[in-house]
Amino acid sequence: MPELLDTIKEKFTPQNGFDGVSFSEIINNTMMEVPKERILEIARILRDDFKFEQLKDIVSVDRFTKNERFECIYNLYSLEHKYRMFMKVKLDSKNPEVESLFPIWQSANWSEREAYDMMGIKFLNHPDLRRMYMMEEYEYHPLRKDYPLMGLPGAVLLPKK
Amino acid sequence: MPEELIQDSKNTDGDIDTEDLASDKIPSLQQRRILHALETDDVRAHFETTLDNQLVLNMGPQHPATHGVLQLVLSLDGETVVNTIPVLGFLHRGYEKLAENMTFHEFIPHTDRLDYLSPLANNVGYILAVEKLLKIEATPRAQYIRTMCCEMARLTSHLVWMGSMAMDVGALTVFLWTFSEREKILDILDILTGVRFTTTYTRVGGLALDMSDECIARLKEFIDNFIPRLEDCRKLIERNKIFINRCEGVGHITKEDAISLGFTGPNLRATGVERDLRKDEPYLVYPQLDFEVPTLTEGDTLARYYVRIREMYESDKLLKQLLQKLPGGPINTPDAKQVLPDKGEVYTKMEELIHDFMIVNFGNTPEKGAEAYQAIEAAKGELGFYIISDGKGYPFRLKIRSPSFVNLGVLPRLLKGAMISDIVAIIGSLDPVMGEADK
Repeated sequence: MPELLDTIKEKFTPQNGFDGVSFSEIINNTMMEVPKERILEIARILRDDFKFEQLKDIVSVDRFTKNERFECIYNLYSLEHKYRMFMKVKLDSKNPEVESLFPIWQSANWSEREAYDMMGIKFLNHPDLRRMYMMEEYEYHPLRKDYPLMGLPGAVLLPKK
Repeated sequence: MPEELIQDSKNTDGDIDTEDLASDKIPSLQQRRILHALETDDVRAHFETTLDNQLVLNMGPQHPATHGVLQLVLSLDGETVVNTIPVLGFLHRGYEKLAENMTFHEFIPHTDRLDYLSPLANNVGYILAVEKLLKIEATPRAQYIRTMCCEMARLTSHLVWMGSMAMDVGALTVFLWTFSEREKILDILDILTGVRFTTTYTRVGGLALDMSDECIARLKEFIDNFIPRLEDCRKLIERNKIFINRCEGVGHITKEDAISLGFTGPNLRATGVERDLRKDEPYLVYPQLDFEVPTLTEGDTLARYYVRIREMYESDKLLKQLLQKLPGGPINTPDAKQVLPDKGEVYTKMEELIHDFMIVNFGNTPEKGAEAYQAIEAAKGELGFYIISDGKGYPFRLKIRSPSFVNLGVLPRLLKGAMISDIVAIIGSLDPVMGEADK
């Protein structure tokens, strides 16, 4: 659906007040990069005006670079237009934080919990930000690139005898 | 009995005004009295307001109706569920981390263990994502066999679901009948792939083995007899008043909620949204085949049941068409740099030996910075793989979008206000597989 993509590109231009929004291509799909301060506003426009009704998944990425180490890639799908688009937001290295998209798509609840558990990205104003898979007292985030494959000895607390 | 409790009980035996009951002080006191009565086995204790307390009940992870290791912490008011907290992670094996440390081929056996009821569909979904990343395409024969694999996987998965869901609501015989049908498909898979369960069938650019004539004959025979058998199973439960009463109107969800909460697959189609990735984002040879997308509008457990039953008829139809159209030719793409060569050639020719060595030891190498997402319509919903490459033989990041994980996220919403006995019916109708949800 190239027409829909064209209207999206026309909407998110600096003339309309959307600085820092850029578009790039991944294989067979389009990636839209948005500034993290305005993600909630842009997500609302995407859902209401362009009918991206579903957030299918959140891919958290650890690029392992000095600046802007973390990324969140939102997998958006429009049931009406049968069109898929990805939305990317780059996050700080030290303190990765981004606004939760739970008010827009309810499925963000568990996807964000998973990203928090595996990559340590904090989602602000999330209703219930707990770990998804690992135990609550676990200190590390296993999918970060500096976490060893074999795990860390002593990281899992065992019950006392 | 401690003195203060005796004094309190004296007070409550007499006149107690409603304001005291509503205040914060009384419930805690009440709880202490209940605890005391429990500790001392005091059978004569009598409490007016016991039912005001919400009971917290733990269900699972070792519970037969949770289809694996799903734990539910339920908050109950009498027999009605007030709130649910699903606890996942008992089967978490860290596949996304493992994938970053092995070549693309080495990860294929791990995809078998995701949705262990339809391993072939996972193999196909994963390999399609890798091939998209490598920008290669399989030969027509391989595409047809892969499509057949997807449909056989859907049949096995739906047959297990049908039996276990009927068992959850109390019909035991169906379970045995559907499993004997599934066993026939597993026998066919045994001939096709060499194993029954953990198939590891696909390879980059092709397949591990070709489909033999014996396999085709067995599949034909199975398809010809499948629909009458399915009708037999349906007769057992669909005209059974108990089954209908336990499913109709239970676990209802509206279309808007289902969309916002991320339902996909048969669960979404049961709420009246006609969306199927086989039609909307066509992959493999689905555009050349004729099939329908069964959709119902009720959004309850019975609707989810009927959608899956009708899907089985469509799968049967698709398999018939696929067998008719199955072309000849090679099963592996002639791309020496990316596709594993034939074993006979590896042992006799130098060039093939080098390529085999490079692919096995260093892996397939996509373009640097390439990113690809490929989703297929698996039996449970949208199964997607997002792969990021940094030009090495290992994926830089591999994210699995598993349908069961997202479908289970809807569970608190579905269980709200349901009765305890409906919990198993609702879980059964969602068809979760924990191997996939926990990754």
